[in-house]
Amino acid sequence: MPLLEVNNLEVCFGLRSGAVKALRNVSFTLERGERLGIVGESGAGKSVLGFSIINLLSRPGRISSGNVHFEGYDLAHLAPEELRSIRGNRISMIFQDPMMTLNPVLTIGTQMVECLLAHRKISVVDAKRIALKKLQQVQIPSPEKRLDQYPHELSGGMRQRIVIAIGLLLDPDIIIADEPTTALDVTIQAEIMDLMLNLCEQNNVALILITHDLGVVSQVTQRMLVMYAGRIIEQGPTKEVINDAQHPYTQGLMNALPQMAIPGQKLNQIKGTMPPLQRIPKGCSFNPRCEYVMDICEQKLPSFTESGNCQVACHMVAESKQDELLGNEV
Amino acid sequence: MIAFFVKRFFQAVVVMFVISLISFSIQDNLGDPLRELVGQAVSEEERQALREEMGLNDPFLVQYVRFAKKAVQGDLGNSYFFKKPAFEVIMKKLPATLELVFGATIIIVLFSVPIGVYSAINPQSWFSKTVMGLSIVGISIPVFLTAIGLIYLFAIELGWLPSYGRGDTTNVMGFWETGLLSADGLKHLILPSFTLASIMLPLFIRLIRAEMMEVLQSEYVKFAWAKGISPRRIYFLHALKNTMLPVITVGGVQIGTMVAYTILTETVFQWPGMGFLFLEAVNRVDTPLIVAYLIVVGAIFVVTNTLVDLIYGLVNPTVNLAGKK
Ligand SMILES: Nc1ncnc2c1ncn2[C@@H]1O[C@H](COP(=O)(O)OP(=O)(O)OP(=O)(O)O)[C@@H](O)[C@H]1O
Ligand code: SF4
Ligand SMILES: [Mg+2]
Repeated sequence: MPLLEVNNLEVCFGLRSGAVKALRNVSFTLERGERLGIVGESGAGKSVLGFSIINLLSRPGRISSGNVHFEGYDLAHLAPEELRSIRGNRISMIFQDPMMTLNPVLTIGTQMVECLLAHRKISVVDAKRIALKKLQQVQIPSPEKRLDQYPHELSGGMRQRIVIAIGLLLDPDIIIADEPTTALDVTIQAEIMDLMLNLCEQNNVALILITHDLGVVSQVTQRMLVMYAGRIIEQGPTKEVINDAQHPYTQGLMNALPQMAIPGQKLNQIKGTMPPLQRIPKGCSFNPRCEYVMDICEQKLPSFTESGNCQVACHMVAESKQDELLGNEV
Repeated sequence: MIAFFVKRFFQAVVVMFVISLISFSIQDNLGDPLRELVGQAVSEEERQALREEMGLNDPFLVQYVRFAKKAVQGDLGNSYFFKKPAFEVIMKKLPATLELVFGATIIIVLFSVPIGVYSAINPQSWFSKTVMGLSIVGISIPVFLTAIGLIYLFAIELGWLPSYGRGDTTNVMGFWETGLLSADGLKHLILPSFTLASIMLPLFIRLIRAEMMEVLQSEYVKFAWAKGISPRRIYFLHALKNTMLPVITVGGVQIGTMVAYTILTETVFQWPGMGFLFLEAVNRVDTPLIVAYLIVVGAIFVVTNTLVDLIYGLVNPTVNLAGKK
């Protein structure tokens, strides 16, 4: 049984102009110790997905249908107190901007100790000892000093190390990291990413890594999801998706990478922009931007087609697979 | 810490200088003090001689320097009406006013924090909506109407509380007449305090609610939820502490402003404080007393602002009072 199983998850934002669906029909699984990447354009719903796993959507967002199965619980339908005992304990989160994540008026020590005390019956002294150990694990210089410091006394990189240490405090099963390095200096990004990778490997922690950076995804994760307009449109082993993208959108993302551009020429951006949630077209959401668009694409939502070890939601891929099958039979 | 106080001290000096300049220059514009001092029968020559003797004919600057020199020693001249040093007269009334402001402040804190916090956490509840509606109404009701309403209900109809004066007072440390130590004094304090508080209370509730709602949207509060700590801790430690920072700043200024509002409250309730005295002084063109009042109020402003800065520094770790690195 997988560690985490997300089934047909749907998230609604009840706005004044009517309800919009930020996630539709999202299903995937995560094995113990597995590292899963989630990529997609800005607004695709990556963060919404990350938060809905621990059922922590800010108003007016809510899970409108689907399940999130974790250790026999359905997190999408769990009482607040039980959810609380899982958040930060079995599943923890790392946010994007370490400058905003830590409370400016509480010491690092307070913010670490409270998390331990919320989930374990231990003394403050023991909690401090564990906090210190975790600070050492994230390789912060002079960790003893940090417990009494306030966030503003530390640099962005150090703060993100502290956020990671908080994420690891209770030896969780899953860490959800939402663009954990985007807000950092380029020079520190790689360091922090390496650190996270090592810590997850050492402690057999599963990682859900949300990012824009396909390079990072290929280095860190074993499997990946590609999201577009609130749906998963392609998923599979990271190597396969990256090296042999099937979905036209994923191919577009790959071609837009700077490495793919011919020197001196413009980057190959996918033309057009992702539609706002209120105006997602009928059929395949990607159809206005797709160069392979067919009639059926504007009528019918594509379902997943198996392609190698990947699943792809695209009519074109479905047809070519069909042809392959027929071809084989003849 | 010393640097903070030195800086504060110089700020205070500047503020006091400006206040003294203003209050001194209005002396000229409040009618002729001689009319108050001497009768109608005194001839113009004699008046002129008296003016000369009092220095009223000297140039503005000379008069001001003379005034300031004395003022620094606490000598603001004699009240024309009481024939006693104006400063002394004012200081005798200071405790009554400060206790009124203190009472109102306590009421404001006691009510605005829980109500503001609750309605920020549950913005959709009927309680929050009612409070928001009432606070709009509350802001627009004039103080004297509140006072009359309270007096009518609690003093006349129900007869629970006295409607004027300070009641029994106790002398502490020789100079402070307090009403806080006797049941009768406290009873007398209730209606005036609520009246004075009613001016600021709606404002504070709205301010706390707005700040708290914003803080609850912040990333660090969301992160606190993601850590699985208790809602109580999130609301009352993580969120409230950050909410109070701007509230303390605004609150400090408002407490200063409240001193000005005491004039009205004290008049309605016959509260024997500085504000009441000030109004009498204006009616009597008792200029030294008016000047003394303005200077004392200015001093209160400076002191409250200093205290507010200190408290703010204690709550907000990013403010460095001590100047240490
Ligand atoms: N609180 C909210 N209220 C209304 N709509 C929201 C809210 N939060 C997110 N959305 C909508 O949900 C969609 C997905 O947003 P999300 O933040 O998950 O995107 P993302 O993939 O994480 O993008 P980015 O890469 O920029 O972080 C967006 O269209 C956004 O407008
Ligand atoms: S389904 Fe059609 S429109 Fe959508 S990606 Fe595939 S080919 Fe393009
Ligand atoms: Mg995001």
